[in-house]
Amino acid sequence: MSKLVISAIGPASSVQDGGRYGAQRYGLTPSGAMDRLALAAANGLVGNAPFAAAIEIGPFGASFVARQGAVRVGLTGASRNAAIAGRSIASDTSMTLAEGEILTLGFARGGSFSYVAIEGGIAGEPMFGSLAVNARAALGSPYPRPLQAGDELQTTPASSAPERRIELPRRVDGPIRVVMGPQDDEFADDAKHLFLDSEWKISAISDRMGYRLEGPAMEHLHGHNIVTDGTVNGSIQVPGNGQPIVLMADRGTSGGYPKIATVITADFGRFAQIPAGTGFRFQAISMALAQAELRKFAELLRTLPDRVKPIENFDLNIEALSDANVAGSAVSAVDIGTWQSPSPADASGPD
Amino acid sequence: MLATPPLPRLLPSGDAAITVEFSRTIDDVANQRVLALDRILARETIAGVTETVPTYRSLLVHYDPLRIDFDTLGVKLVTLAEQALPSNAKTRRWRIPVVYGGEHGIDLEDVAKILKTTTDDIVARHVGGDYRVAMIGFTPGWSYLSGLDTSLRMPRRQNPRLLTPAGTVSVGGVQAGIQCLAGPSGWHLLGRTAVRTYQLHRDPIFLLEPGDRVTFAAVDAATFAEQDRAAAAGEIVAELMAHE
Repeated sequence: MSKLVISAIGPASSVQDGGRYGAQRYGLTPSGAMDRLALAAANGLVGNAPFAAAIEIGPFGASFVARQGAVRVGLTGASRNAAIAGRSIASDTSMTLAEGEILTLGFARGGSFSYVAIEGGIAGEPMFGSLAVNARAALGSPYPRPLQAGDELQTTPASSAPERRIELPRRVDGPIRVVMGPQDDEFADDAKHLFLDSEWKISAISDRMGYRLEGPAMEHLHGHNIVTDGTVNGSIQVPGNGQPIVLMADRGTSGGYPKIATVITADFGRFAQIPAGTGFRFQAISMALAQAELRKFAELLRTLPDRVKPIENFDLNIEALSDANVAGSAVSAVDIGTWQSPSPADASGPD
Repeated sequence: MLATPPLPRLLPSGDAAITVEFSRTIDDVANQRVLALDRILARETIAGVTETVPTYRSLLVHYDPLRIDFDTLGVKLVTLAEQALPSNAKTRRWRIPVVYGGEHGIDLEDVAKILKTTTDDIVARHVGGDYRVAMIGFTPGWSYLSGLDTSLRMPRRQNPRLLTPAGTVSVGGVQAGIQCLAGPSGWHLLGRTAVRTYQLHRDPIFLLEPGDRVTFAAVDAATFAEQDRAAAAGEIVAELMAHE
């Protein structure tokens, strides 16, 4: 067995996979990767199943060292400065750490989460078919909590296959598309227009449970308490202060605030990657269009393996490097302290 | 039934789930219809439905839009909802032991003061209730119970507590609750149970099902401590009464 040892890692970093479904009726949230496309792409780079467990790395940096043999990894998601033993490496490629070599990742730029998939996967004990960390429920393997320096991820030694790169479609910067409801009738037309016509920013007080939005305060028609009902990834609930919270992968399975709209499945990962402080807008679309976009997204996930190509020579890798624009120097506006703050949902308790 | 039951509202919860809403308020008949539709969907599976989540007044139906679309599923759900009526279907009944007051239920005395009665009276009214698991949500095993004695209804605390103990038995608004994991709560804490409604590596992992009946039994602190040790070792210290 080889292993990847975590030398240093920021908060909001954990082992995630496709998530655990089937027990939401018992209050168990699915968890899983915030950006499923980036997870599947990272796994594709190293020949794993698309939703195998990988390392989800939050906005801050991280470093890893290979022990007891070579370890191959695939890196996707938010852009970062990345290097192995001082050699710069590109996002959306695989790379191999020789025994003792160190992979360092800088702060995320233009995104929040990166994924490091490990060839051969991460050894662990699945719970409800998943290794994904859900710290509140003490679930996840090999560690039922976010990753810390000193943690070790067991895997198989790197194969002799060539390194690979993946060509992903360029991410659009358009509005985040939503389907209105389920409780949009709790808001007057003025409030709905305010929601759709305003620029919003994600607050730094956000986490895997929910993204708190900053923008105009929205008024409810009948007060902010509704009878608790079920939630989904991307539910946009509006609590008493009128500032929406978008429920993310570690959401509570039920909630008692009116939900004005829901982020469509195809845009959820793109929304999860918007850095705190960056302005964006919502756009309401029809159910038919949302489901057509979902089918396109599913087709992209299904055909990801066709986008994986061997890196035949060093020049190609240099090209990939410039594509990824790793020379930039902007740093995420998110502050390390606030990202660890209690979740907005924590302050309220059960409904 | 004398009259046709009112049709539920179908509300889109994004592009991969439908909320089937039977009522906008907490309503026991609506909750029974939610649970009835949930049972029907467990029995007559619809291809493409992946998961159902019952709540007080609605059933959230998760589905795979690659297998069934919103309109097709909506029609099927409305048709099945017509058969989803409160019934005398057999349900399980659990007796849940609770140690009330003191360090285990730090709000019991305040609740008695607010309701101008004794702590013994509050315990008697809570133990005397006949409850149904209306839904499970928020965190694993957090069981929301309907059937709280109307005299025990009171607004939630102004300032929710950030941490309340595992096994807390509490009341909030018109509801009673059993929480499994330690966590935040704005409800009034009456006591604790050693029963784990959620426990990994135990069969079953989740003890209570939505729709189960629940009664409470008062136990002393020594009994609680003993049951807590047994429960930690994987024993189910709740008593399963006959199906009724």
